[in-house]
Amino acid sequence: MKYVLVGLTCVLLVLAFIAGNSYYKGQQAEKYGFMAEKNAELFVRDHSPTYGSDDAKVYLVEFMDPACETCAAFAPFIKKIMAANPGKIKLVLRYAPFHDGADNFVKILEAARMQGKYWETLDIMFKTQNVWASHHHWQPEKLWQFLPQVGLDIERIKKDMNDPAIAKIIEQDMADVKTLNVQKTPGYFVNGKPLQNFGYKQLYQLIQDELNLQYPQ
Amino acid sequence: MPQTDHAAKTNWTLLFLGWLLVSVSTTISLFFSYVLEYEPCVLCWYQRICLFPMVFILAAGLFPVFDKSVIKYALPLSIAGGLTAFYHTLLYAGIIPENIQPCSKGVSCTEKYIELFGFISIPMLSFLAFSTLVALLLILKRRTS
Repeated sequence: MKYVLVGLTCVLLVLAFIAGNSYYKGQQAEKYGFMAEKNAELFVRDHSPTYGSDDAKVYLVEFMDPACETCAAFAPFIKKIMAANPGKIKLVLRYAPFHDGADNFVKILEAARMQGKYWETLDIMFKTQNVWASHHHWQPEKLWQFLPQVGLDIERIKKDMNDPAIAKIIEQDMADVKTLNVQKTPGYFVNGKPLQNFGYKQLYQLIQDELNLQYPQ
Repeated sequence: MPQTDHAAKTNWTLLFLGWLLVSVSTTISLFFSYVLEYEPCVLCWYQRICLFPMVFILAAGLFPVFDKSVIKYALPLSIAGGLTAFYHTLLYAGIIPENIQPCSKGVSCTEKYIELFGFISIPMLSFLAFSTLVALLLILKRRTS
């Protein structure tokens, strides 16, 4: 009897947890769907760098930080999905530099954009991340040596990165981070639907579902 | 001896209620961090260190019959958790100024998450749970000594 009582209580608590979880996730999905409909600006701002065709019907919005390891790990994966579905997916990058000092790397990246080398720079930053951002110990001075590889003028970057326009972009993105309740990087939204359980397979599924919806066979 | 039998049953029930309290609290705490994705701050972690093991310690005291030595093992944890929660509640309410708090990196201990009925915060819930548990254990201590 005692064992049954304690055992049943455990089962009940686990069930309550699971039920609460799915209820909350359902509510969130509804909320974000509503926001995506009413306020698409929250997900894609005019200043946001985008990659892929303008005719794409699936918008993959990624809240990221160039110094975030998981963002770097996801980059090749996203490239692969986009290559497998040419013209159907558009990647939108938003900034979420949560840690102190992380915004400096966003500034470097945005300054590189002024030289028309945005995606090349992001690529090299991700590839050399373990050198300049190992274990959350950020050393911008270690990044400079890699940037000339993509043809960047370092002196110009150092000057441009303090442009108030860049600070404004970060400010706007961080405000949207708050509204959309993005807590971790990378944070993904596919046509406004949030990635609720984090992982490669889950993201793939979310994108695939939206592709099937937008491009019925 | 029906008298002692009855007393033993009451002791078991009281301890069971205590176990229920810590199990529900643990579930809610895990729910906050894994479903609602509230990041636990340093003080929250200290309270969790006191709370989580109690699920197993109190359960061990329930079987096969009520074992009074469970009080000896559970009381220090619940008092430590309760004191931390008390400090956290004061900090959160702004009664202790924030500049002397131990957590500066990561999540602030005064970060507002939920406030039930407009005033019940997470640290307060924790304090309520720990103090109820301390009371329960003290009652059991009196009943068994």
